[in-house]
Amino acid sequence: MTIQITKESNATVVTISGRMDAMTAPEYEKTLNEFIASGETSFVVDFQGLDYISSAGLRALLATAKLLKTKGGQILLSNVLGTVREVFDISGFGTIFKIKDSVADALADLG
Amino acid sequence: MTFDTFRCPANVARLDELVAFVEACADRFGLATKKKFGLLVALEEAFVNVCHYAYKEGEGDVSVGCGADGDAFVVEIADSGAAFDVLSLPDPDTTADLMDRQIGGLGVYFIRSLTDQVSYRREAGQNIVRMVFRQTEEPLQ
Repeated sequence: MTIQITKESNATVVTISGRMDAMTAPEYEKTLNEFIASGETSFVVDFQGLDYISSAGLRALLATAKLLKTKGGQILLSNVLGTVREVFDISGFGTIFKIKDSVADALADLG
Repeated sequence: MTFDTFRCPANVARLDELVAFVEACADRFGLATKKKFGLLVALEEAFVNVCHYAYKEGEGDVSVGCGADGDAFVVEIADSGAAFDVLSLPDPDTTADLMDRQIGGLGVYFIRSLTDQVSYRREAGQNIVRMVFRQTEEPLQ
């Protein structure tokens, strides 16, 4: 898994590539927690390059989203595609996260 | 029925090696790509369960066998921890909203959802979870 961070005017865009599994998910959580601790409140997590996600990945997404909500922040997902989308649909995560077709759509939604 | 077997300490750090081993086995069998994806998620969930819960004291091994059984591809994950049927766990509530959502049980739910057939047996001091993937039927919605 690789994590790339881009600061936009109204959000931090987190681009995830590769596999988000039991070995790599903690790295995502650690990265997001650091940004949240530093006061960031708006995130777009882009899954365009994500090939694989398991329950460990979903657990990490959920943990950061819950933490962010207690601080009044929010997280949007974009490009949840293919087999990753299937995992979201099976688990019901497709309805608990706000999902947009593109990073641009997500940024526009955050206003 | 001859299975290829991968044996390693029950440690999540070995996940990549295990996935590579089982994926190569599934490719030799000729499992369809979509079916293989479901298999790899179910495999990770079963392996991680063993790593986290099978050995309460000290360390132990996990043994993963895979191969053809008739026209189906079968994966068996075995540990020698205390008897425990992971399939006895209830399904999670997949409709709760973000703040009420609990993550527990999701791994087993994935195992159930992504396999064509899954069973547990206790045999010779081992917990064995057997997952069956058929080439033809679609386990996904």
